[in-house]
Amino acid sequence: MSRIAALIAAACALAAPALAQEDQVTTFELDNGMDVVVIEDHRVPVVVHMLWYRAGAADEEKGSSGVAHYLEHLLFRGTENLEPGEFSEIVAANGGTDNAFTSYDYTAYFQRVAADRLGLMMGMEADRMVNLKLAQEDLDTEREVVIEERNMRVENDPGSLFREQRSAAQFIHHPYGTPVIGWRHEMEQMDLPDVRAFYDRFYAPNNAVLVVAGDVTPDEVRTLANANYGPLHANPDIGPRERVVEPEHLAERRIIMRDARVSQPYVMRSYIAPERDAGDQKKAAALTLLAEVLGGGQTSVLNRKLQFETQNAIYTGAFYDGTSYDDTTFGMAVVPAEGVSLEEAEEALDTAVAEFLEEGVDSEQLDRIKFQLKAQLTYARDDVNNLARRYGAALTSGLTVEDVQAWPQVLQDVTEEDILAAAREVFDRDSSVTGYLMAPEADAQTEQIDSNADAEVGQ
Amino acid sequence: MMMRFALIAGIALGAATTAQAATDIQTVESENGFTAWLAEEHSIPFVALELRFRGGASLDEEGKRGATNLMVGLLEEGSGDMDARGFAAAAESIAANFSYDVGDDAVAVSARFLTETRDEAVDLLRQSLVEPTFSETALERVRAQVLSSIRSDVTDPDTLAAESFAKAAFGDHPYGSPYIGSLESVAALTREDMQTALHNAIAQDRVYVSAAGDITPEELSQLMDDLLSDLPETGAPMPEDVDVQMQGGETVVPFDTPQSTVVFGHEGIARDDPDFFAAYVMNHILGGGGFEARLMQEVREKRGLTYGVYSYLVPKDHGPVYMGRVASANDRVGEAVQVIRDEWARMAEEGVTEEELERAKTYLTGAYPLRFDSNAAIAGILVGMQLDGLDPEYVLTRNDKVEALTVEDINRVAKRLLKPEALHFAIVGQPEGLQEVSAPGQ
Repeated sequence: MSRIAALIAAACALAAPALAQEDQVTTFELDNGMDVVVIEDHRVPVVVHMLWYRAGAADEEKGSSGVAHYLEHLLFRGTENLEPGEFSEIVAANGGTDNAFTSYDYTAYFQRVAADRLGLMMGMEADRMVNLKLAQEDLDTEREVVIEERNMRVENDPGSLFREQRSAAQFIHHPYGTPVIGWRHEMEQMDLPDVRAFYDRFYAPNNAVLVVAGDVTPDEVRTLANANYGPLHANPDIGPRERVVEPEHLAERRIIMRDARVSQPYVMRSYIAPERDAGDQKKAAALTLLAEVLGGGQTSVLNRKLQFETQNAIYTGAFYDGTSYDDTTFGMAVVPAEGVSLEEAEEALDTAVAEFLEEGVDSEQLDRIKFQLKAQLTYARDDVNNLARRYGAALTSGLTVEDVQAWPQVLQDVTEEDILAAAREVFDRDSSVTGYLMAPEADAQTEQIDSNADAEVGQ
Repeated sequence: MMMRFALIAGIALGAATTAQAATDIQTVESENGFTAWLAEEHSIPFVALELRFRGGASLDEEGKRGATNLMVGLLEEGSGDMDARGFAAAAESIAANFSYDVGDDAVAVSARFLTETRDEAVDLLRQSLVEPTFSETALERVRAQVLSSIRSDVTDPDTLAAESFAKAAFGDHPYGSPYIGSLESVAALTREDMQTALHNAIAQDRVYVSAAGDITPEELSQLMDDLLSDLPETGAPMPEDVDVQMQGGETVVPFDTPQSTVVFGHEGIARDDPDFFAAYVMNHILGGGGFEARLMQEVREKRGLTYGVYSYLVPKDHGPVYMGRVASANDRVGEAVQVIRDEWARMAEEGVTEEELERAKTYLTGAYPLRFDSNAAIAGILVGMQLDGLDPEYVLTRNDKVEALTVEDINRVAKRLLKPEALHFAIVGQPEGLQEVSAPGQ
């Protein structure tokens, strides 16, 4: 069901393997160390201007969770040269739209405007890279806004609370176990010193990636970027990203979350999994295909075994996104059919995966998946916004332009054996989290009795 | 990934391509009498195709609520001599994507396929629309998914708020109940009901077609005849209109959750009303236009009461409404509601300023061409324009119409459309302090 699929997919993010043709993409570096990617699409006189920082929630200091995202909000609250809100006002007055987003490994700001407004966008974006100026009143109001955002996205949604709990159990030490939006008690304490420290440490041209996509030439972008971003000084203290490393996992973790707002229980299983590394994407490619083989739609292995050959589930899925700076996760979900318990659903999942490892990959299915991946190269050219995002995410996750462009071929080269080997390596119960999301006992029992009412009449 | 500001799609103004791209919209007539709008673009070897069948879930027959939704969910679950997985495998093997969706006023079918496998893709799509099998196993599987969704809706604050508002606005009209149906109605649906729903909703007399991408007018003409000629000529009559009569005030749906979710609104304005254009621009200034809109400024930027607040015109075919959404912590939602009421009244009384209107015009005319940046987007817009009863020439005149609006036009329509006394709030949560805050005189 699309609703359920969306719910769980949002927690896991699907792999997105499509790419631009190489002749569409040009890259260069400014003298101050800023990386630039230009993706040309001359069909319509529009550009997307995106500035990505190699800094996200996983780069926060312990104890100040949520600061990367709070800072992202505050970048709209004024600089030495712009009043609070004026940035978006100017974008809108030019017919454009703007926004920003924060993840574990990056923070990104973007505007979509007519192609001839690109220089103006660069000028404003360069300004707020170095000239942020914040009033206490704005800090206080924006803190309320991000707490309401947390209320909306997380506190009001048991599925999101469940995801936070699972991630916290999955990563024993690494910051991927801390929510991007922040833990509530730490969000309430966020203030200027944390924000300032994060801004001063990470917001610099040599820690940024500029991606421009649309109706521009690389020469135009080079000229405008040199004029607007060129004068900014590199921060000499920017070095390699240093994050704590997960210790060896020795015990599988099992969590049960009960919430009265849950109507449809489900079970999630996730394992620590390697991510795409620069020059070494083979294993990640095998895992990307594994997720497709196991959980990619109607013809997938889990769907076939749990929804068609047996009627254990009403939804199954498998999730892996290899674009990540550090080790990530491979996840599977089962929403059980009525009358099937979560224990039975979990057992059915384990049985299906064990059978798959015995039976191997259906070569016709793999051919279809690879053909679809090839077709994605065509379809992707229709959506340069999305292409811009892929480059930005890859380049702020430790990958290079060469890696991004090699990725489609790396995917095509994956063999059935590679997929099985990757599955055997990753499906290690010691590194796994199994989570049950369900309604509280009493409610569950009531529902059970209700649904069995007819059967119970005779007893 | 955290977005600073999640955009909620409002109702677009029909819309179309840029002035220069507009000349590229061709009207294509087929031999069998079907019409399509085409934006021909051969640089990428694929086509985006959109079909709309007017009527949608509101064609559900008495006692069969949820039939159209379930039927649409079954179109890709087996047709011709293929079962669900056979159909999926066939589509995968040519990398064609089909999606089937249902709304109050239309069934939407979207397709994307490569030039090299266009014929196979059209065959599959035709088969799903003309010869769905509605097998017993597929029916039971999809029914179980729908029933699960209905059970989830009972504890979803957004759905609860939307349903509460719809009930208050539309009563017994199909718009007043969720088109997914109820546990009882969906449990009772049969294979025959699916056949009936198919013939009611998917017919030649209500289809609209658009395409964008690598296809010529001749090819599109043939495609339409291949795809649509075997559909029934006529479907079910359209539903009756409904008179939206909102009572002002609040409906609280008690729900144990920290943040209250609110849907508000009252009667709206029809898409073909001469004042619709002015109403659209007025709403942009009041609550539709991102951070600069008054509601966003007052509720979020100045007071930090919410992450997002929006208002939007919903010109449903048989009963237009003007709606909005906000979510705020239980102990702050009363203040948010009051601020929205005040802004609604202020706009009705004072209207907009010259400066606000100028800003809105600059944005709306500048943003217009930016909508048309992909074949997929263009195909969607072209079919939407047809549903809205617009001409292809609209794209040439649309920005002029925006420019021609005066402060007097906007303010007259604000007075006509905004009814602060009828503004109704459906609130799901444990709201505190509502009475005190919203009492007159405070």
